[in-house]
Amino acid sequence: MHTNSLYQEVILDHNRKPRNYGKLDHASHHATGHNPLCGDRLDITLQLEDDQINNIAFQGESCAICKASASMMTAAVKGKSRENAEILIHEFRELATGKLDTNQPHHLGRLTVFSGIRDLPTRVKCAILPWHTLHAALNSLDGASTEADDSAPTIPNHS
Amino acid sequence: MTPVNASLKSDVSSSPDWEKIRADFPILQLNIGGKPLAYLDNAASSQMPQQVIDRLVRYQTTQHANINRAVHYLSEVATLEYHNARCKLQQFINAREDREVIFTSGTTDSINLVMHGYGRKFIKAGDEIILTTLEHHSNIVPWQMLANEKGATIRVVPINDKGEVEIDEYEKLFNERTKFVGLIHVSNALGTINPIKGMIDFAHRHGVPVLIDGAQAAPHITIDVQALDCDFYVFSAHKLCGPTGVGILYGKAALLEAMQPFKGGGDMITSVTFEKTIYNTIPHKFEAGTPPIAAAIGFGAAVEYLTAIGIEQIAAYELGLLEYATACLNDIPGVRIIGTAAEKTAVISFAIDGIHPHDIGTILNQDGIAVRTGHHCAQPVMQRFNVPATSRASFAFYNKKTEVDALVAGIKTVQKIFL
Repeated sequence: MHTNSLYQEVILDHNRKPRNYGKLDHASHHATGHNPLCGDRLDITLQLEDDQINNIAFQGESCAICKASASMMTAAVKGKSRENAEILIHEFRELATGKLDTNQPHHLGRLTVFSGIRDLPTRVKCAILPWHTLHAALNSLDGASTEADDSAPTIPNHS
Repeated sequence: MTPVNASLKSDVSSSPDWEKIRADFPILQLNIGGKPLAYLDNAASSQMPQQVIDRLVRYQTTQHANINRAVHYLSEVATLEYHNARCKLQQFINAREDREVIFTSGTTDSINLVMHGYGRKFIKAGDEIILTTLEHHSNIVPWQMLANEKGATIRVVPINDKGEVEIDEYEKLFNERTKFVGLIHVSNALGTINPIKGMIDFAHRHGVPVLIDGAQAAPHITIDVQALDCDFYVFSAHKLCGPTGVGILYGKAALLEAMQPFKGGGDMITSVTFEKTIYNTIPHKFEAGTPPIAAAIGFGAAVEYLTAIGIEQIAAYELGLLEYATACLNDIPGVRIIGTAAEKTAVISFAIDGIHPHDIGTILNQDGIAVRTGHHCAQPVMQRFNVPATSRASFAFYNKKTEVDALVAGIKTVQKIFL
């Protein structure tokens, strides 16, 4: 693939001006995601009321792919029910690992801009980390790690 | 036995033909996504010349059997060739005796061997082990495991803003509890060459043995373990144009003899009953089980290849690449070189303002440029410079200036995309 098709303007824009960036003071759910491959960390805080995500924010140090994925994810799930958010999480994981048939109906919308990531196995984790972390937060798990992910190929942490 | 020669023998009066030497490496002819490969990740693993590949093929097609066992022809040939490989390594590092060279699975295995064989026998509660901030995780974690088990303490030598070990601080750490020193010869993350000779001498004045992690030094610096007087020296084949899965531990014979075995099994014994096992002599005491015979023979061929070019010639050529690349990168606004030691091998770690190393690596890859991005298994170094990760270009003697130019153009592309 051509990498430029991954670093598209929409991704670069979300990297430059991330949406929902920060930390919610009165979060009902939170989790920290960690990618030991690069040391990137991501904190997600959200307010869940009647099983609906009323507000969500993220912050952390990460690469452009991870930050744009987190930014677009928060925009996509805000206002959605927990159930619908979990559907998006599932579909995004399938997309990033090349298992989603984008010709079939799905709910990802502009998030399909990340479809090219499937050709870069070392970067799949960067895109998926925010979604793992959201899943952990929604399920009141403390955190998520890309290394606990069995849907992406494992890239050992080596020099 | 057919000798393995580089394309041009070393000759002090003339410089080697580097273009011709480059042609020894078939993998360098690859195109990556339509762009010629610029392989600048040599500190992680180097490439293999045809001469070493041919040696592996010859072993596997005409010489392979298990060693030290049967009396048949192939077993004798394989045993002899494995022994010859040990002797080549002995010569390469100027060890006094071939039995001081132990084949291991690599640098990490060698350090773990010393931790188990020496550390677990001789390090006690309250003892102190000195390491530097520059160490690779492989020379940190085994000693932490030992310290936790024994109740010993790790003392860490700081580095300055250029990435050089602070020798005054190193010397201040010594006291009567100091029982071991682990030093990286050349930093994999920054390229800093440590002044190990003086550091070894200082430790010896306190009666403390020193292990040198030479994984990044052996490909670029002539190693003379007798002149250094180090107690242990370790490195891997795959960073010296050899195969993966093999490395060596050099140890002074008296120390190796005093150590306990690391792994138990076949080959490392003289006799076994269920009541008692008598261990074999060195080096066999530390080579339990069938060793990586083919890889060890390939390792021997690799050091022969490098010696034929000449390590001094290689170092001089790589220094030229380092100086050129350093000047080029310093000229790019927004690029910061991390690790500016006075003495360096051809390793350049760098950061680009506002751009994550993984994005840099992915975009450079699009232009066929292979660099390492990440913490380089040296997180304490990253913490010292307050960065989560860096991008690292590391050069070998088969790299050329046009590949530096490709890197510079690639970095400018990265900056343009993220403008």
